[in-house]
Amino acid sequence: MGFLRRYLRNPGAAIGLVLLLLVLAMAGSADLLYPRDPLALAGRPLQWPFQNARFLLGTDASGRDIAAQIFHGARISLLIGFVATIVAIALGIIVGAVAGYYGGLIDDLLMRVTEAFQTVPSFLLLLVLVAVFGSSIVTVTLAIGIVSWPAPARLARAEFLTLRNREFVQACRTLGLRDSAIIFREILPNAMPPLIVYASVVMALAILLESALAFLNLSDPNVASWGNLIGHGRGVLRTQWYVSAIPGVAILLTVLAVSLVGQGLNDALNPRLKPR
Amino acid sequence: MRILGLALRRLAASVPTLLIILAGLFLLLQLAPGDTVDALVAQMGGGDPAMIGELRRFYGLDAPVLAQLMNYLWRLVRLDLGYSAIYGKPVVAVILERLPATLLLMVSALSFAFAAGMALGVVAARRVNQWPDTLISTLGLIFYATPSFWFGLMGIVVFAVWLGWLPPGGFETIGSGYTGIDRAIDIALHLVLPTVTLALIFLAIYLRIMRASMLEVLTLDFVRTARAKGLAEHGVVRRHVLRNALLPMVTLIGLQAGTMLGGSVVVESVFALPGLGRLAYESVVQRDLNTLLGIVFVSALLVIVINFLVDIAYARLDPRIGSQT
Repeated sequence: MGFLRRYLRNPGAAIGLVLLLLVLAMAGSADLLYPRDPLALAGRPLQWPFQNARFLLGTDASGRDIAAQIFHGARISLLIGFVATIVAIALGIIVGAVAGYYGGLIDDLLMRVTEAFQTVPSFLLLLVLVAVFGSSIVTVTLAIGIVSWPAPARLARAEFLTLRNREFVQACRTLGLRDSAIIFREILPNAMPPLIVYASVVMALAILLESALAFLNLSDPNVASWGNLIGHGRGVLRTQWYVSAIPGVAILLTVLAVSLVGQGLNDALNPRLKPR
Repeated sequence: MRILGLALRRLAASVPTLLIILAGLFLLLQLAPGDTVDALVAQMGGGDPAMIGELRRFYGLDAPVLAQLMNYLWRLVRLDLGYSAIYGKPVVAVILERLPATLLLMVSALSFAFAAGMALGVVAARRVNQWPDTLISTLGLIFYATPSFWFGLMGIVVFAVWLGWLPPGGFETIGSGYTGIDRAIDIALHLVLPTVTLALIFLAIYLRIMRASMLEVLTLDFVRTARAKGLAEHGVVRRHVLRNALLPMVTLIGLQAGTMLGGSVVVESVFALPGLGRLAYESVVQRDLNTLLGIVFVSALLVIVINFLVDIAYARLDPRIGSQT
């Protein structure tokens, strides 16, 4: 209870939570409110928002309902962002834990690989992965996770480096616990809070990466993605600018919500930090 | 001299990193469906198996994978990035043609983000928890969450379509015949929107870091000393705090170099700039993997070079770094 109160005391964090719940509600109600395929022809193309009660946010150049695409897009953005984040954090924890816990040669080796991943611009690596493995929703999600793991890995390594010689770990060693048990059951829970906070950064970036990929028409064309809609609206940008404008606002608010929640979590998890 | 030695040692340490990148790229290329010969044969409209085998032998594609990897690395050492079947020239030539536009865009976006981020960060830190701070911090959060391509498109709508102040895209007015200073102004006008678009997310990051680092330095003892000896607040901030608070900003340039290159892919596509990023996008669409991997290689080199320069700048800013080792 104290945690929640501490969290909500921060107005930014409260706004972020409300926004995030709103996007979640959109994703959850997409099938109820717009049961039809959001990518199917719905009406006369290029109707402006608020002109036709049937299409609150108007229709795009192919006569698809923009509101339906926004609602279904919330689902795709959150899904891709969430799964990619899980992949990135999991990979990061495994690499960072092994490197930080064992140290020495294996640490050197793993950190060189991490450095290699950080030297290649992540969006370019994403393009290469999509070019090689295709752009279905599964490969795009995995690819985003794969380009996002180095930063969490460094964070996890730093945590493990400081924790591995603590007394409770030494006690576990004297008790004869297996390394895997020490790493995952004893050290990891202690290393989790900063990683959870960082997960919000990864997720915000993952959503932005997916939307950029979709905007370039390199993501899965068969799902209603906000980035896809923006790219689609580019053709009629001069006159019907709303087609691109509306999904952009949706992306902005979602990413903003995720970062605000992350910041709020950080402040609530570290109450000793001075408020700045 | 000592600084240079230190930076050079760091540079040498990036060689194994580069090797890992190259080996990884090579493996990815192995996994990709089709090879150079398939692409060539497809362009010729098919061929008989004997000729295809002959071609494979010619390109060394029948050798064991390890030998091929060695071959690949040796070619890269000589800066031979292969041949682009789509553009009909060596990949190096294609990349060099596109590099200047990207470098110009990166340098201008970086300067803008750095300068504006620094100024806003200083203002926010000096008025901490007052309305200018709240306003600037909120703007920073919003900029951070804005997808750059969307911001670019909206910029085109407002400044090119409605107001007509700026060109909607391209690198310069084609067929204008501008030379000298006129051409420079023309290019600068074309780069205003792309620069701001690319700089936006970095501006947000820089202002946040600058604010935090200013607040950190403001609490240190030497700042109190400077105030105690009667320096005006302005002098304290400019001479004592700013210089120390800039260090994390400089580090950030090196860390963000890769991200900025990646961001230029999207920005160059939005504004139809003939740069490296758009080349990367085009080579994905046209399945020109040779060119794409060449771009990744050149980008990695670029990131390493930028970090080398940042190391040197860092040591110049903080004399402790060069002397400690």
